[in-house]
Amino acid sequence: SITGACGAIQKLTRVRVVDNSTLGNTPYHRPPKCIHVYNKTGVGKVGDKILLAIKGEKKKALIVGHKMPGPTMTPRFDSNNVVLIEDNGNPVGTRIKTPIPCTLRRREGEFSKVLAIARNFV
Amino acid sequence: RVSSDGKPPKFQPPPKPVIIDRKTQKEERRFLSPEFIPPRGRTDPLKYYLERKDMIQRRKVFNIPEFYVGSVLAVTAADPHASDKSTRFVGICIQRGGKGLGATFVLRNVIEDQGVEICYELYSPRIQAIEVLKLEKRLDENLMYLRDALPEYSTFDVNMKPVPPEDHEEIPVNKLQVRMKPKPWSKRWERPKYNIKGIKFELPEHKMKAAQKWSQPWLEFDMLREYDTSKIEKKIRKELSEELEK
Repeated sequence: SITGACGAIQKLTRVRVVDNSTLGNTPYHRPPKCIHVYNKTGVGKVGDKILLAIKGEKKKALIVGHKMPGPTMTPRFDSNNVVLIEDNGNPVGTRIKTPIPCTLRRREGEFSKVLAIARNFV
Repeated sequence: RVSSDGKPPKFQPPPKPVIIDRKTQKEERRFLSPEFIPPRGRTDPLKYYLERKDMIQRRKVFNIPEFYVGSVLAVTAADPHASDKSTRFVGICIQRGGKGLGATFVLRNVIEDQGVEICYELYSPRIQAIEVLKLEKRLDENLMYLRDALPEYSTFDVNMKPVPPEDHEEIPVNKLQVRMKPKPWSKRWERPKYNIKGIKFELPEHKMKAAQKWSQPWLEFDMLREYDTSKIEKKIRKELSEELEK
């Protein structure tokens, strides 16, 4: 059974990988889950890095949208979206079709490569 | 004209002219935005009066059009990080909340198979323009059930052309009954507490009957919950018309 979303992304939340990488898109009998949030609190919001367990491997990822409502004027998505990332910050995929919040543009320095492959901004 | 008996026909007085006074009718029906009506409570009315003054000041500078829950809007907001410094979002208004200067409305749209909702503040200085692309009402005041409905009911074209309103008198009510995704839903919309008329429930009869177990039929007769806003509305309308004429 699937529980309704309680908060933003924390340990053991199922996430949806949004880019076009093979690791994120090949079907597997278990959905990708978060196992660690690189944050002082264990709760990940938009722009936080997390560790995912996909297809039996550990991979870092960047949160680009969650179901929890945030500050006003920021978008709230219907699914917890995540983009796979390497340790140095390079994205694994080459294109991101789903819309990305404009608030990520504030941290242009860290996420410039991810923003470069994104198509739509909300 | 040939009459019976050769006598002249009985005098028929001319029909009385029916004067339809459109001006007074229009003034009575002019839309009052719901955030002007103060909530029921024990706070000093001075607080709401000062807030209304600020709201009117903002409305003099920036036009906030009349819209309802269920109308499609396009909002351009300022964003320092976007190229062009502004972002435009088109969506259907699913909820209008808050009173006074903190009044908000939530717009929903489905972009690239991803549902997105943004809660905008009506009186925020970051908003640069609000356009009403389609002005209409729906059967409910709160369309949060669109999150559990099929995505086709929440998709609106971003480059949609504004549909001009037909009548100047009445706002069209869209009696659309929305089909839902299979259960589980985020809220149990079939329960009478939500009182939703805009969903086509395809649930079996025994489930609909079981949901009626949670009905509270005494609530509509509870006199302590009544909040009659007619006199308050009259006062506020008078205030608004005086202030806007200045």
